[in-house]
Amino acid sequence: MNMSNRIKLAAILGVVLLAGCGERPPITTVQLGFRGTGMEQNYNPRLQEKVAAANQVGAVQPAADPSGPLAKDIYQNVEVLSDLSVGEFVRVMTSMTEWVAPAEQKDCTYCHNIEDMADGSKYTYKVARRMLQMTRDINSNWKSHVQETGVTCHTCHRGQPVPSYVWFQDPGSGRENAFVGTRAGQNSAVTGLGITTIGHSSLPYDPYTPFLLGSLPIRVEGETALPTGNRSSIQQAEWTYSLMVHMSNSLGVNCTYCHNTRAWASWEESRPQRATAWYGIRMARQVNNDYMVPLTDVFPAKRLGPTGDVAKVNCQTCHQGVYKPYYGASMAKDYPELQRARPLPEAAVEALPADPADPAAGASAPAEAPAAVAAPVAEAPVRGPAPEGQARSG
Amino acid sequence: MAEYQNLFTRVQVEAPHYAGVPHSPKGIWSRGVKASASYWLGKVGDAQIGPFYLGTTGVLSILFFILAFEIIGLNMLASVNWNPLQFVRQLFWLALEPPAPEYGLRLPPLAHGGWWLMAGMFLTASVILWWIRTYSLARKLKLGTHTAWAFASAIWLFLVLGFIRPVMMGSWSEAVPFGIFAHLDWTAAFSLRYGNLLYNPFHALSIVFLYGSVLLFAMHAGTIMAVSRFGGEREVEQALDRGTASERAALFWRWTMGFNATMESIHRWAWWFAVLCTLTGGIGILLTGTAVDNWYLWAVKHGVAPAYPPTFPAVTDPALLSGGAP
Ligand code: HEC
Ligand code: HEC
Ligand code: HEC
Ligand code: HEC
Repeated sequence: MNMSNRIKLAAILGVVLLAGCGERPPITTVQLGFRGTGMEQNYNPRLQEKVAAANQVGAVQPAADPSGPLAKDIYQNVEVLSDLSVGEFVRVMTSMTEWVAPAEQKDCTYCHNIEDMADGSKYTYKVARRMLQMTRDINSNWKSHVQETGVTCHTCHRGQPVPSYVWFQDPGSGRENAFVGTRAGQNSAVTGLGITTIGHSSLPYDPYTPFLLGSLPIRVEGETALPTGNRSSIQQAEWTYSLMVHMSNSLGVNCTYCHNTRAWASWEESRPQRATAWYGIRMARQVNNDYMVPLTDVFPAKRLGPTGDVAKVNCQTCHQGVYKPYYGASMAKDYPELQRARPLPEAAVEALPADPADPAAGASAPAEAPAAVAAPVAEAPVRGPAPEGQARSG
Repeated sequence: MAEYQNLFTRVQVEAPHYAGVPHSPKGIWSRGVKASASYWLGKVGDAQIGPFYLGTTGVLSILFFILAFEIIGLNMLASVNWNPLQFVRQLFWLALEPPAPEYGLRLPPLAHGGWWLMAGMFLTASVILWWIRTYSLARKLKLGTHTAWAFASAIWLFLVLGFIRPVMMGSWSEAVPFGIFAHLDWTAAFSLRYGNLLYNPFHALSIVFLYGSVLLFAMHAGTIMAVSRFGGEREVEQALDRGTASERAALFWRWTMGFNATMESIHRWAWWFAVLCTLTGGIGILLTGTAVDNWYLWAVKHGVAPAYPPTFPAVTDPALLSGGAP
C-alpha cells in the first residue's frame, strides 16, 4: 500500500467511525458558568432547527370584551368559567377546539352534544372541565415554575387530543416473580411501553412513578464529608439519575444547565434554573395526583395504559425538548381567561363546587388522592429507591 | 533485519516446535505433547500453539468461570423472555443485578439477587484459582512471580468492588451489577451518591497510574520498535551488554526529557504503574462510603476544591423556603 492509499483508508475509516456516532457535527457550545467549570450547553444548530420548527406557539384568538353579561348567567351549566363574559367564554371554547380537538373533528361536537350544549355527558367535556381548572391552577398557583409565561391547553396538546408526550406506568416485563431473569425495572432498551426514553442507558426506565406521582426522596448525597448516617443506596442514586436524564432530555439541555457538576447537591453552585426545576417536579406531581389520576374512570379504556392507569404528565409534556416551552414565548399572557378566576360576588362563590384551583382546597387534595395512586408507588420500592432508612439494613 | 522497521508485525519466525522445559505435575493432569502452528496467529504473536497444560487449578478455574458466565448469560436471556434476537439486540443493556438494599447482607431469593451472589461467588473462585495457577506455573518454570502479584492487584480491586466494600457497608446492593451498560451506570451512580469520585485522591492516583501506564507503554513500545533496526528488540541482551540500540534509545530520551530509563528499569516502571493503578483504585473505592461520604465536601474541608466567583444570582434550596410550597 502506498502512502496516499493509506491516507485514503484512514479517511474512510474515520468517516465510518464518525457515522456510527449518530449526531453529525457541528456542535455549538455556549458557556453558562465560570470558566473552567465545564458549565456549558451543547447545541447542534441543524437539529435545533427541527426542534424550533416543532415548537411554535398555537393560534391565538382575537381578545374578547370582558364586559357584558357573564356566561354563567346566560348558559345553564357553567361551573369553571363562571367569571367570564359571554364573549370571553366563547373565545375560550373556540380556542379549546383549535388546541385540543382532533384534526378529523375540529369542532364543538368533540366535547358537546350539539342538540344541547349544556349536556356534559361526553367524557371529553368532563375532562376538559378539569383541564380548565388545572390550567388555571398552574397559571395562578405555580408561578414559581411557569412565572408570568404561563401555560394554555396548547402547551401540552399542540392541536391534538392526546399530548405527544405523556407517560404510563410500565407494565413490567412479566417476569417480576420469575425464577430467573428479573429486570428490577431497569437494564432494558425496550420496555413494555416501547423504547425506553432514559437515554441509551440501562438505568431504571420508570422514574415517573416514584418521583412524579409518588414523592420518594430524590436527594441521595450526604451533607457532611464524613459518614453521619446518610443511608441512601447506590441503587437509589440510579433512580435519581434516571429522573435527571428525563429532565435533561425533556428540556434539551445538559446536566450543567442546572448543576455545577462538581457538586451535584450544592444549591450555592447551581444555576437559578435548578430552583425552577425543583418547583417543576412538585408541580408535575400535583398535576398528576390532583387532576390526572382522579380522571382515570372518566377516560374510555382505549385511553388508559397497559396497567389501566391514566395518561400522566412529565417535564416533556410541556417542554417538548426545549428549555422553556416555545422558547419562552407566552400564549397564556393573551388569555387572561385562563388565569386565576376573577373574584365573584359572595353568593355566586357559594354555589360553586370546591375548586381545587383555590389553594386552600388544593392543599388538602393530596390526602384524598385515590387508592390508585398509592398502589403503584407502594410497588416501586421492591426494587426501586428504598426509603432512606432501609438503604443499608443489616 | 530491515523487515522489522514497520508498525505491523511483518516477520514470522517459524522454527521447530519447542516442547518447553520438563516438568513433573503432581496431579492427574500432564502437559499435552502436541503442538501446531498457525500462520494467522503468527501475524500477531508466535505461530506455535501448545503444548497445553491446564492442571487442576486451570480446569477448575475454567469450570467456575463457565458457571458464572452461564448464570449471568442465562439470566440476561431470560430477562428478554428467552428471545435470542432480543438478546443480541439488547445485549449491552441487559444485566444481572445485585440484591436490593432491603436485603442487606442476607441471602436474597434467587431471582432477586441470589443468582448475582452465586455468579459472583463462582467468578471469584475462578479468578482466585487462576491466580494460583499463574503463581504455580511461574514457580514450575523457575520464574519470578511478578505476573501473579500484578494479577493479585487487579483481583484486589475486583474483590473490593464486589465483596469487601459491600460487606463493610452491610449491603450487597452496594456491589456492581454484571452487565455492560449496567456497570457503567453503576459507576456514574456511585460517583453521584458519594459526592463526586473525582475528588477522591486515591481515585486520582489510580487515574495517574492508568494514564501513566498507557504513556509508558507507548513510550517503551515505540522506543523498542524504533531501535529494532539495531537489534533493540533483543532487550535481554541489550540490558546485559548495552549495544548501539540501547545507546541510541537512551540518547533519544535524554535529548527529549533529560533522563532515561534503562532496558531493565523500564519494565519495573511499567510493572509498578500497572500494579498501583488497581491498588490505589481499590483503596479509593474502599474508603468511599466507609470513611468518606461526600468527596466534594471532603475536598472543600481540606482546601482541595477551589471556590469560584459567582456568575449567576445566588440560589437557595427551595426546600428550605416556604416549606416547599409553590
Ligand atoms: C375541549 C372540549 C370543548 C370543546 C371543543 C368545546 N367546548 Fe364548550 N364547553 C366545554 C366545557 C368543559 C364547558 C363547561 C365550562 C364550565 O363549566 O365552565 C363548555 C360549555 C359550553 C357552553 C355552555 C353550555 C351551557 O349551557 O352550560 C357553550 C355555549 C359552549 N361550551 C360552546 C361551545 C362552542 C360553540 C364550541 C365550539 C366552538 C365549544 N363549546 C367547544 C368544553 C368544550
Ligand atoms: C399540563 C399539560 C396539559 C394541559 C395544560 C392541558 N392538558 Fe388536556 N390532557 C393532558 C393529558 C396528559 C391528557 C391525557 C391524555 C389522554 O387522553 O390519554 C389530557 C387529556 C385531555 C382531553 C381528553 C382527550 C381525549 O381525547 O382523550 C381533553 C378534552 C383535554 N385534555 C382538554 C384540555 C383543555 C381544554 C385544556 C386547556 C384548558 C387542557 N386539556 C390543558 C395534559 C394537559
Ligand atoms: C432542569 C434542571 C436539572 C437538570 C438539567 C439536572 N438536574 Fe439534577 N437536580 C435538579 C433538582 C431540582 C434537584 C433536586 C431535586 C429535589 O430535591 O427534589 C436535582 C438533584 C440531583 C441530584 C441529587 C443531589 C442530592 O442532593 O443528593 C443528583 C445526583 C443530580 N441531580 C444529578 C443530575 C445529573 C447527573 C444530571 C444530568 C443527567 C442532572 N442532575 C440534570 C435539577 C436538574
Ligand atoms: C405545565 C407545563 C410544565 C411542566 C409540566 C413543566 N414545565 Fe418547566 N416550564 C414551564 C414553563 C411555561 C416555563 C417558562 C417559565 C419562564 O418563562 O420563566 C418553564 C420553565 C422551566 C425552567 C426554567 C428554564 C429557564 O431557562 O429559565 C426549568 C429549568 C424547567 N421549566 C424545568 C422543568 C422540569 C425539570 C420539569 C419536570 C419536572 C418541568 N419543567 C415541567 C412549563 C412546564
